[in-house]
Amino acid sequence: MISFNKFYKLFNLISLCLVIISILLLFFKGLNFGVDFKGGTLIELRANDKSINVMSLRQSFSKMNLGDFNVKKFGNDKDFLIKIEKKDTSANTIEIIKKELTSSIGGSFNFRRVENVGPKVSAELLKSGVIAIALSLTAMLFYIWIRFEWQFSLGAILALFHDVIITLGLFSLFNLEINLSIVAAVLTIVGYSMNDTVVIYDRVRENLRKFSDIKIYELTNISINETLSRTIITSVTTLLALFSIYLFGGAILKGFSLAMIMGVVFGTYSSIYIANPILVKLRVSQKTILKEDAE
Amino acid sequence: MLYFSKLRIILVSLISLIFIYIALSNFIKFDDSFFNKKINLGLDLQGGSYLLLEIDNNPIIIKKLQNTTSTIRNFLKDEQIDFSDLRIVEKNIFFNVNKSNHEKVKLLFSEETSEINPYYPQYKSHQFDLSVQGDEFKLEFSKYGIIDIRGSSQDQAIEIVRRRVDEIGTNEPNILKRGNNRILVELPGLENPMRIKSLLGKTANLTFRFVTQNNNETFGVEKLFYEDDSSAVLVSKRIILSGENLLDAQPQMNNQTNETVVSFTLDRVGAKRFGKATSTGIGKQLAIVLDGKIVSAPVIRDTIASGNGQISGNFTFQSATDLALLLRSGALPAPLNIIEERTVGPDLGQDSINAGVIALMIGFLLVIIFMFFKYRFFGLIANITLIINLLLLVGILTLFQATLTLPGIAGIILTVGMAVDANVLIFERIKEECRNEKNNIIAFDTGYIKSKTAIIDANITTLIAAIILFFMGSGPIKGFSVTLAVGIFTTLFSVYFIARLFTGLYVLKNKDKMNLI
Repeated sequence: MISFNKFYKLFNLISLCLVIISILLLFFKGLNFGVDFKGGTLIELRANDKSINVMSLRQSFSKMNLGDFNVKKFGNDKDFLIKIEKKDTSANTIEIIKKELTSSIGGSFNFRRVENVGPKVSAELLKSGVIAIALSLTAMLFYIWIRFEWQFSLGAILALFHDVIITLGLFSLFNLEINLSIVAAVLTIVGYSMNDTVVIYDRVRENLRKFSDIKIYELTNISINETLSRTIITSVTTLLALFSIYLFGGAILKGFSLAMIMGVVFGTYSSIYIANPILVKLRVSQKTILKEDAE
Repeated sequence: MLYFSKLRIILVSLISLIFIYIALSNFIKFDDSFFNKKINLGLDLQGGSYLLLEIDNNPIIIKKLQNTTSTIRNFLKDEQIDFSDLRIVEKNIFFNVNKSNHEKVKLLFSEETSEINPYYPQYKSHQFDLSVQGDEFKLEFSKYGIIDIRGSSQDQAIEIVRRRVDEIGTNEPNILKRGNNRILVELPGLENPMRIKSLLGKTANLTFRFVTQNNNETFGVEKLFYEDDSSAVLVSKRIILSGENLLDAQPQMNNQTNETVVSFTLDRVGAKRFGKATSTGIGKQLAIVLDGKIVSAPVIRDTIASGNGQISGNFTFQSATDLALLLRSGALPAPLNIIEERTVGPDLGQDSINAGVIALMIGFLLVIIFMFFKYRFFGLIANITLIINLLLLVGILTLFQATLTLPGIAGIILTVGMAVDANVLIFERIKEECRNEKNNIIAFDTGYIKSKTAIIDANITTLIAAIILFFMGSGPIKGFSVTLAVGIFTTLFSVYFIARLFTGLYVLKNKDKMNLI
């Protein structure tokens, strides 16, 4: 049996630091919002001519007076992603860009994807994204409250916050783009992390009924160990699937799968090192469960 | 519990086979026409355009206020109530009435049979809210007054949008209301939405009016520019004909001038008016005004009584075709703004499908290999279950014609990774039970029973996340939540009915074997 409980304090301290750093990052550095949430225009362009590169594209775009823009490679050498921040894009901006590009670098490219999001829509999308995440956290809180005791509910929610905040913190640190699919990833992380926590909690509850003389500190450790091989196998299979999306699923799914990979790693960690120490802190004992059984 | 009744086995196999058949019909062409639906591909996979249009209701509201103001003026005159200072300020109507008439005016605006302030019984509200301060009366659109205006302009606009999109003839367009002032247009397979965007961006308000030099016309005049902004002329506000009088419009080649024109046919009322105007106005310039810009202003040379005419104005064949289309489909009640646009080219869609399929196959293979090495025979069972699970998932998506998007494919791959969780929970539990329990059958039974709560709780939490995503997410993200949610159900089905059947049969055959799992 591995003594996970010996490191409760150490890892809690580390987690606390990570969460604080993440919050500071979110506050001061902020998130790199994509066009979904900030508004603007996104163009995915494929060049059929080797001479077209980031530099030449940047030059042609800077001549168009479109305000702030950003050109980068996307996936391979031929594909480029251009983001234009201009808010009041009129209906034919894309046509104008196409014309200007043709005249400055020739017609050897095609627009594979164009996204144009107005400021009103992007504000709404951001709002509904935040609501979705808040709503899912609340729903989880209540579900666990119904299924377990409030101490468990609190532990699970703190573990969720931990995962979501650190994942977003990493996105801020590495300046990764936040778009709609990242919101989907965060919600899935919430589901996954919860899933992991619930399995261990389920065992904790069972063991509380089984052993009347073991303290919660030891009991959580027993439960973690008993469910450990399942925890590892499930994270491995999920990670195998996610890595295959990350590596082979194309450039569009990269951010999504990366967020999910981080989420699975932190979700697994937090269901051991956040969810369980909270039960110890809240002095969960056989009595907590007895009360529930009596009801 | 490991024993299965024959009926159950038959039922489970039947359900599985049906869905597997449906799933496979996506990839293999079966000769019979028993089932020939295919999974719906989202715009991000098949390519196409997604446009979100917002109706700018301000012009309608202002027009409505102007109409109401003149109605009030006439109405109060008819009722012989003295009023003063009737005016519109920031979407409110104000007027002053002497104290003696206060009660009478209040009643006029607030009784249920009020003619100037219609009552909506379904909302229990009037069109306008009335408030009085001193002698000043203030009318303001009520919440439901605005909703009513928005609703009716949305109804009209969606009809016109549908006509315009249909005229272009894209395949299977999807046109839906969003909220009460937005319209969603999905155009699968459309590579360049430029033309449709320009067509939807025009209100297409057509009027025929006389050009004038006289500043003091009874109907008033306004200065209008030509379409190319080159010059402006004074045009009377009196409308001789409007787009509503048009029966048909077609692009045409004028043989004499070798110019592309739009020829139109008027209805009876229109033809009469046009005839009259052209007979009295010979020598005058008739301005053809579209959305506040002059298309052309030809000089009238002859009386046109046939109700047929031509609009010229430096058209290319394309622009003449578009103008004719706009005139045929009618004017929008209010301008539309494109507030969100997403277009994916067909080659990117195909690339996404390919990448998604490759990622799915590799992810699937990795999971299968891992499970086999970890659990050997039981890994094989888990893997067979996983394959059936995947086919069930695709089968259900096909049966309900769900839309598969790129994130949706990611959802399927994720389901592959997470689906084994339930089997792993059960197998690990059985392993534990086997340590204390010599009877394999009892150990298996207990393993299944004791792992149940964890499995149910774990799946419900994921389901909650999926449901919230479904309601809050848009487009591609919705596709993800659908596959995730359906994946949970197929996983539970395949684990509890299929994997359990296999393990049951195996354990019964090897009752006394040690270290079974």
